[in-house]
This record gives sequence, C-alpha cells and structure tokens, in this order.
Amino acid sequence: MIRLEKRKEPSTFWRIANPFLAVALTMIAGGLMFAALGKDPIAAIRLIFFDPIFSAQFGSFSRPQLLIKSAPLILIAIGLAIGFKANIWNIGAEGQYIIGALFGAGVALAFFPAPGWYIFPLMVLAGAFGGFLWAMIPAILKTRFNTNEILVSLLLVYVAERILAAMALGLMRNPDVAGFPGSRDLRRYEAAHNAELIAGTGIHWGVVAALIAVIFAYAMMTRHMLGYHIKLAGQAPRAARFGGVSPARLVVICLGISGALAGLAGMFEVSGPAGQVRIEFASGYGFTAIIVAFLGRLNPLGIVLAGLLLGLTYIGGELAQMMLQLPGASIQVFQGMLLFFLLALDFQTNYRLRLTKGARI
Amino acid sequence: MKKLLTAALLSAALATPAVADTTKVGFIYIGPVGDFGWTAGHDRARQEMQDHFGDAVETTIVENVDYGADAERVMTQMALSGTDMIFAASFGYGPDVNAVAGRFPNVAFQHATGYIQEHDNISLYDARFYEGRAVLGHIAGKMTETNTIGYIASYPIPAVISGINSAFLHAKAVNPDVTFRIIWTYSWFDPALEADAAETLIEQGADVIMQHTDSTAAVRVAEDAGVMAFGQASDMVDFGPTAHLSAIVDRWAPYYISRVQALKDGTWEAQNSWLGFADGIIEMAPWNDRIPAELQAEADALIASIVAGEYHPFTGPINRQDGTPWLAEGEVAPDAELATMNFYVEGITSELPN
Repeated sequence: MIRLEKRKEPSTFWRIANPFLAVALTMIAGGLMFAALGKDPIAAIRLIFFDPIFSAQFGSFSRPQLLIKSAPLILIAIGLAIGFKANIWNIGAEGQYIIGALFGAGVALAFFPAPGWYIFPLMVLAGAFGGFLWAMIPAILKTRFNTNEILVSLLLVYVAERILAAMALGLMRNPDVAGFPGSRDLRRYEAAHNAELIAGTGIHWGVVAALIAVIFAYAMMTRHMLGYHIKLAGQAPRAARFGGVSPARLVVICLGISGALAGLAGMFEVSGPAGQVRIEFASGYGFTAIIVAFLGRLNPLGIVLAGLLLGLTYIGGELAQMMLQLPGASIQVFQGMLLFFLLALDFQTNYRLRLTKGARI
Repeated sequence: MKKLLTAALLSAALATPAVADTTKVGFIYIGPVGDFGWTAGHDRARQEMQDHFGDAVETTIVENVDYGADAERVMTQMALSGTDMIFAASFGYGPDVNAVAGRFPNVAFQHATGYIQEHDNISLYDARFYEGRAVLGHIAGKMTETNTIGYIASYPIPAVISGINSAFLHAKAVNPDVTFRIIWTYSWFDPALEADAAETLIEQGADVIMQHTDSTAAVRVAEDAGVMAFGQASDMVDFGPTAHLSAIVDRWAPYYISRVQALKDGTWEAQNSWLGFADGIIEMAPWNDRIPAELQAEADALIASIVAGEYHPFTGPINRQDGTPWLAEGEVAPDAELATMNFYVEGITSELPN
C-alpha cells in the first residue's frame, strides 16, 4: 500500500531535480499532444528546444534572439524573487515595466533630436525611477493603510496600460506621421538607441543589466544582512519582528527593488527591441516573469536558466508553428504544461511516497 | 515514332521541375485563425489561394504574433527559412515589416492596412471598409428604435475613424435623431473586453451594436440581450441568428492569388492598393430576414451605386466635429485625407481619444 508522508524537512534534491523532471515530462506529454494533432512529435520537440540554438539555418539568428527575449524576463524575475522570498507579492511588474518604459522614452523624446552621451544614462535612471515610483504606490498603501499589495499592484497594471495608450495617442505621439498612434522610433535616434553592443550577438544594455542584477541579487541574498532579513521575514515573520526587522521597511525595499528592475527592463525594451511607445507595447513580460521566478526556484542562478528556457519555448514555439503548422494555441498549452508539471511535482519536495507492508486499519 | 515519343516524354520530364517550383508564402496574424473575424478572413483567403495553386505554393502561418520585436523575429525566421513572400495581416506590423524588408530585399512583403513603405519590396493593401460601413450605417439608422447605436472601436487609427464617420453619416441621413456611443478597447481581439463593452452600450440604450474588433463576443451578447448587431470581417450569423443583421465580409483571396501569381511570373512589384466593393474585396453577409424587404432593396441600391462609381460615401457638404467645413457641397473626399483621417464629423457627440 502507498502512503503519503510529510517530510521533516523539504528535500533539497527534489527542489533542484523537479524543474528538470518537469521539462522532461512536458516533452513527453507535449509530444503526445503534438502526435494527437498529427504532427511528428520528435520534430516538434526538436524545433522548440534544440533548433533555435543548434540549427545551422536558424541558430545564428535565434541565439541572439534568445538573449533579447530572455533578458527582460530575467531582469524582472530577479526583483520579484527577492520580494517573494519575504512573502511580499508584487504581481504588478507589468505595470512597473510600462511606466519605466514611458519614463525612459519620455527623457529621450524630450531631448530629441539633440545628440549627447548623457541622454542614454539619463534614460536608464528615469526608467528605474519610473518603475520604482509605480511600485511605491502599493508599498505605501500597504505600510500606511495595510492594503493588499497583490491586488493593488495588479490593478495598477490596468492603470498603467491606460496611461500607455494615452501617451501613444497624445503626448508622445510622433508628430511626423499623420493619423497613427505611436511615438518616434527610438532606434533611429542614435543618442537614445539601446543598440547591440557587439553586432550579431543580441547583447544590449538590458542583457548586461540582467547579468549585473543576477550577481548583485546572489551576493545580497547569500552574503548581506538584508538578504538574511528577507529570508527570515519570509520563513518566520514573528521571529524576524523580534529580531528587529521592520516589516514596513522590507515592504518598501522589496517592492522598490522589483519595481526599479521592472522599470529598467521596460526602458531597455522600448529603446531597443521594441523601439517605440505603442499602445500594444506591453506584451506580458511582467506576468511571464512571475513564472520565471518560480521556475527558477527564486534563486538568481535558477532564474537565469528558467528565463532562458522560457525564452527558448517562445522562439522555438514560433519555429514549430512556422515549420510544422502547429496551431499557436498548442504552443501555449505546451508552455502551460511546464508550469503545471513543476507545481505538481513540487509535492515531492515536502512529501514522500512510502510503500508500507499490508493493510493497516 | 518511338524516338519521337521518347523525346516528348523527355521534354515533359524536363518541364516538370519548372511546374513543381513551389513558392513559399508565409502569413503572420495578430489574432488566432479561430477568431471567426479578421484573422479568419485572411486565413480563408490563404486557403483559397493554396487551393488555387495546389502544389505550386506552400503556405505557412504563425498566429497571435504581437507587434514589435516578436513580429520582427517571426518574419526574420520566415525569411531565413526560404519564404518568398510574407503577408503581414495587421496594421501595427508597419515598423517591423519595414525593418525586416530592409534586410531581405529578395523577399516580397505584403502588408495589410499598412502605411509605411520605405523599401521597394513592400506592397501595401487595404480595403475601403468605409464603403461597407456606409451600408451598415444606413441599415442601423433605419432599424434602431432607441435611436442609439453602440460602436465598439479598437484603435483610433484612420481606418477605424473613417468607418465610424461613414456609418454615422449614413445613419444620420436616414434618421436625424440618431446618436452614436463609442467605446475604445485598444485591442483587436479581446472577447471578454468586447463583451463588457457590448453590455455597457446596451445598458446605455443602444439597440444596434457595431464593432471594429475581431471577436464574436459582441454578437453573442446582443443575441442574449435581444438587440441587433453587425458582425466583423466574416459572417458571424452563427453566433447570433436573430441579432446578426449583416456584416462586412472580407474577401482577400482574389488579391492574394493575383499577388502570388505576379511573383511567380516575375512581375511582382511594390504597389499600394486600396480596393473596395467594386473590386470584390468586401461584400455584405446575407441580409437577416428581419430587415424589411424595402430596406434590403435600399441597401442593395446603395452598394450598386458605390460599385458603379456614382456615389462616394464621403460626399460634401460635411463638416468636422468642431463645426469647421471639411467638404464643400458635392466635393468628394480625396483618398489621401481618408487614409490619414483623424477627426470625427459633425454630429458625433463623444470625443476622439487624443
């Protein structure tokens, strides 16, 4: 007979093994789904996971694209994970991402068409500040009025989307194009363009920033007092309070960091890959980053791998649609499976299955 | 004799590779092919084009492609995989189409409802939807009992604004008391948002719902609420057999076939096509039986006069919303002004998002 038994301590082995197992199970279940759709499952899996990196035909283009797609996910997820560790739930990174982009683009458009080395650094500061500011709304409401930061930060995403639409239609609209919403193309304004640092690699300042954020987050969480306080507040809030950790201060710090990083991601995106403030600029990075944070086990290095993996499924998913005519929805189901299997497998971290002899009544 | 036969067979065999020369055509869509609206219309045309050419054409699609970096990547991947021609079926792909077209001068780009043409391998094509909107407006003005028409609009771009203006002018012409209530969704395909918008409009007294968004949600809400609605881009009658009065149905297939044929013949070149009823690129879905026969005849006559070139939906006198004159008596709107239209006509009470 099989019995479910709670582990005395969460299993470190399964914590690390589960994501890999989830990927393997997703490949199997996804392969079955693709086969049911009448497509070659092996070819589909190959297109999704291997061809973007290794294919001679697509690799040289897809590899840099992988960095471009994953960098904002990683940058945002790093910030979110810090808060999640302390049980502070910033669900509204999408909104902070949008506001950061608007602040960054706003600086660029204010200086247009002046040249100047200082414009881009100013945009970086403005982007981080914009995201920080937007995250301070739920932070202050929580510390002052004890509101729920999950709801407030989430609802502010919709407010941010409306501000974005208003900016694309009004203040930031390109005056040179009659009738159509959207700002000037920042990729054509050299002083504001977040261009590739080394041609053909996909590495832009956002990728560099993501890397720096990973290193800082790692150092902070493992070496710094603040990291210790964050972890303590998450695991034993009462103990943390007795230990002199101010919950209000942590809320402000965690939301501030995650907001600033999301704002940075938005700013690097709008001045580089996206190029323009458009109504439909936000494409869900802020929400996908939540998945990345959990898939990466809230660990900075894990988040790098998770961000790359998710980026891979996006780029590979498009390839699979294009080459095999898989329906777009099946790719979304495939990505959903990944999270589903991970969550389902996580029970192994806290529980174990035990075979027991005979029936005990 | 035998020799002759062999020669004939040989020449036939030699000729085969030319016939089997497949043209690869890629499509990127903003929505899912199952939206029963705009994207479905393009995919219908793709299939017709595929059937027309058979093995001589290989088509591929990617759905739900966002504007910006995603679109740029998908089109680049298509170009890298040897695609000869790419149809980008949404207006917002403009900057992305131009970026990719610059890097792949040998690929022919066809951008639907586009407005940026920086390279000579980009063709723009669009339909004169305002012609169809004139017919919808005429019917709506006659059918409404509350004199309130609800309009679900997507983005404030010229194609959508000229559609609202055309529908309003023709509703007003047959019903001077008519008012338009307009809700902007800032999205092409968001069934939940479109359903909410339809409900709000009905609460505000609208008994005819028009939409410039791609899902069937509004038609279904109208059916449940017992009011009338028009479909979008495809015949949506299945989603509201009673409510659905008609719809502007997009028929891109003849155009797609001609463009692919031109590419195969080596005669393809960049152009800017704006086609209407007369070209068969749009047509009306079958009239609902609840539209009185007399009104059906009026609508048919309106279409016939547009097809014959006797009537233009934007014929003066027309004033701008602020009362300043736009078109003088008998003056017809120039295409250049319709293609960049960014104002409401006089009589529309709501404000254009700006």
